[in-house]
Amino acid sequence: MSATLVQGAYIVAGLLFILALAGLSRHETARSGNRYGIAGMALALVATVLAATAGEDGSGGLGFLLIVAAMGIGAVIGLDRARKVEMTGMPELIALLHSFVGLAAVLVGWNSSYEQTPYPTIHDIEVFVGVFIGAVTFTGSIVAFLKLSARIPSRPLMLPYRNWLNVGALALFFVLTAVYLAVPESSVFVRHLLLGVVTILALALGWHLVASIGGGDMPVVVSMLNSYSGWAAAAAGFLLSNDLLIITGALVGSSGAYLSYIMCRAMNRSFISVIAGGFGVEGGTAAADADYGDHREITATGVAELLAGASSVLITPGYGMAVAQAQYPVASLTSTLRERGVDVRFGIHPVAGRLPGHMNVLLAEAKVPYDIVLEMDEVNDDLADTDVVLVIGANDTVNPSAAEDPSSPIAGMPVLRVWEANDVIVFKRSMATGYAGVQNPLFFRENTQMLFGDAKERVEDILKAL
Amino acid sequence: MRIGVPRESRPGETRVAATPKTVEQLVGLGYTVFVQRGAGRAASFDDDSYLTAGADVIDDAVWKADVVLKVNAPSDVEIALLRPGQILASLLSPALEPALIEKLAARGVTALAMDAVPRISRAQSLDVLSSMANIGGYRAVVEAAHEFGSFFTGQVTAAGKVPPAKVLVVGAGVAGLAAIGTASSLGAVVRAFDARPEVAEQVESMGAEFLRIDVADDGPSADGYARETSEDFDAKAAALYAEQARDVDIVITTALIPGRPAPRLFTEEMVASMKPGSVVVDMAAANGGNVAGTVAGQKVVTDHGVTILGYTDLPGRLPTQASQLFGTNLVNLLKLLTPDKDGEAHLDLDDVVQRGMTVVRDGEVLWPPPPVQVSAAPTPGTDVAPPAPMSHVKQPMSSTRKLGIAAAAAVLFLLVSTFAPAPFLGHFLVFMLSVVIGFYVIRNVHHALHTPLMSVTNAISGIIVVGALLQVGHDSVWVSVLAFVGILVASINVFGGFRVTARMLGMFSREGATR
Repeated sequence: MSATLVQGAYIVAGLLFILALAGLSRHETARSGNRYGIAGMALALVATVLAATAGEDGSGGLGFLLIVAAMGIGAVIGLDRARKVEMTGMPELIALLHSFVGLAAVLVGWNSSYEQTPYPTIHDIEVFVGVFIGAVTFTGSIVAFLKLSARIPSRPLMLPYRNWLNVGALALFFVLTAVYLAVPESSVFVRHLLLGVVTILALALGWHLVASIGGGDMPVVVSMLNSYSGWAAAAAGFLLSNDLLIITGALVGSSGAYLSYIMCRAMNRSFISVIAGGFGVEGGTAAADADYGDHREITATGVAELLAGASSVLITPGYGMAVAQAQYPVASLTSTLRERGVDVRFGIHPVAGRLPGHMNVLLAEAKVPYDIVLEMDEVNDDLADTDVVLVIGANDTVNPSAAEDPSSPIAGMPVLRVWEANDVIVFKRSMATGYAGVQNPLFFRENTQMLFGDAKERVEDILKAL
Repeated sequence: MRIGVPRESRPGETRVAATPKTVEQLVGLGYTVFVQRGAGRAASFDDDSYLTAGADVIDDAVWKADVVLKVNAPSDVEIALLRPGQILASLLSPALEPALIEKLAARGVTALAMDAVPRISRAQSLDVLSSMANIGGYRAVVEAAHEFGSFFTGQVTAAGKVPPAKVLVVGAGVAGLAAIGTASSLGAVVRAFDARPEVAEQVESMGAEFLRIDVADDGPSADGYARETSEDFDAKAAALYAEQARDVDIVITTALIPGRPAPRLFTEEMVASMKPGSVVVDMAAANGGNVAGTVAGQKVVTDHGVTILGYTDLPGRLPTQASQLFGTNLVNLLKLLTPDKDGEAHLDLDDVVQRGMTVVRDGEVLWPPPPVQVSAAPTPGTDVAPPAPMSHVKQPMSSTRKLGIAAAAAVLFLLVSTFAPAPFLGHFLVFMLSVVIGFYVIRNVHHALHTPLMSVTNAISGIIVVGALLQVGHDSVWVSVLAFVGILVASINVFGGFRVTARMLGMFSREGATR
């Protein structure tokens, strides 16, 4: 197979990937976008497998067998995971998948350190950068996965001098790279040792970066790791002088970075402080245990009466809805109310849930029509004219202190101004604080009533009462 | 506990304090409800419908109930029927009728005034003044339309062009806003005026034009100017009324100050200057009227042919609707009194709403209530953080600084490129362009698609498998093993990522699409 034909296939594949990303930005074209992605991937794989195995330089039958075996096992595992995953478990799955890209990048980097190239200096740098980014992505994603699946506590790890640890690791990386360049190619052991040290350093850095980010920032972390995995692929592309990897990695890297940037802006956080690990370091002191007054409780029947008399209802779901698996009852509540002529809409905060767009996926799973699922900015101005707001398992994203209390740790974060509606019903398991650990004065407002208990059961109770 | 709903005794009263619908809700709160025979007749609710709703229909014995719900304040005869310990909820006008309060106190009852609900948002559901004013405003327009000899809406017909009626609404409270909405939905050109300029937005939202007067407001004026400004305001307002009176066809006045005679806004000359056939509805007639010549409860036609309606029973002219809203306000009151839904009413005087309404408790006069703080005051004592300029808000970088950084980066890159090999730069070009494309391509991504986008980019970044594919099966076993593992994990990514994206996208459905 001629090298130019492979190059041509890569160009077509790169174009298909661009089309895939472009398609994914709108509902109407999303499905065809996914198909473009699959087509591009298939083309690239076929071309690469042929190029790698056929011909004089190819690895021949053995190589082909190995490839088929590895891809077969991977495909079975991947398809099985994708088929079985619950929509609420999507954040974990995606985090885990990122870690695989990171791992693959590390492996590719190690392998290519053995290669002979005409430009050893730049190649050595590329090896180091590739392994470094890959390893950070790998452990970072593993920690994110563990946090999201609640296998380890999600609160941020607070090591002393943690920012200096990060900076120090980065500085050490540069020093090691310089040393690596200086060591002659013949001293294989020293070079291996250096590469090993850098790998371990990057693994530790990845772990620490994500461990020091709180659970509330997970949507940003996931999209940031997505971006890292792209950069890792791009670094591998430089390493192998493979333009397809560079194109794809850069596409994924920059789109992931932009997505993280959107999320950060939605939370009024500095992009740098999130990607550098750990936010809210200098956050204001929470006015702990201030007396906010009393909250009032309501029963499911009471909510049903309120809803029956309302003409417009807004539902703001949060992570609690995902935890309680309440999206199905919420969807049937929505259709029941809509049949009665009530205007029901959903207001989704950009960082609701633990993954960008998490709530949308859950609601889509439960067949809530997507044209009534709106963004924060689309509903915020209408909230004052809304009769009833149901806050289902959301907390920080509806916290009025973000808008009103400059000393609050979440001050300045845009929030859904649900308190402007006539009545607010908050579904909650207890009076505990949200991920940011900030008390929510919303619960003590005059127009707020609390409905305690499991969100799913409570919504079902309301359905019965209706 | 038993709830009694007596027939209203005041002549001309058509409303009733409970409808079959609210009876059901009261029964749901655990009460036994008794309705006096014929109580709902004038509001088109027959006794049978109350029976169906779960009430007992009895005679005068309703007065023996533990809780008596009424629309109007009880007459002397009715007060004599009350017994100590009873709870009475009705309109009482405690500020205007101290004698009535004394009489109720003498009977030892607990009296709740539905027209003394504190004006805070939580208490809105009990506020009968608002719900009745809303009906009154609607009915005022309907009455005016009834008397008015022309269309409200403008039309162009084969028989000629009809100009729209011009309506002036004075006072943009609940009644005024309801009148504005009704008149504009009938097609009239509506103008409104209110001494509070801040209600202009509400007026405009209802579809009316807000009339402004140009008061010389000299800012923080020295002593003595305040009164003068108010005189200035009155003079300007009067000029406005005089000007409008000549132009409009319908005037609806709603200016009322609780507990005081209504301000006289329209003089006899102004009324006389109106076109013959014009209609004035004076919703403040009960308190003396805003318009010269108003007679409370009467329709008056002036010598110039202007009709002045001084009806004081406007809400009662929509008896069914008024009873339903009044009844719902009472249900909301009882919900407040019966938090446990056990049919036992408990008065909690620590609650500002209940405290504000309670004029007599067990014979003890509690009127007037302490003033209510409309908004919750900030918690005192806590260390009030100095309102430092929001340090969280990012300062946008100045353009010179941006330019400087860009220039520095460019110089740095040029330095690097001097020493970099040619192929590297070629790859770097591809890299850079791809970064820019990636950025623009997802720039307008729909927020709902963030997750699928992420899983598809994740699948695509599995392209790193290409690197491992090229390395597998080569000389070194070590390299082959690493590459094998690399292919395996990256394949999980590729297949799993695309599959899960397809699954998610399959779930997104637009309404009405195939489900």
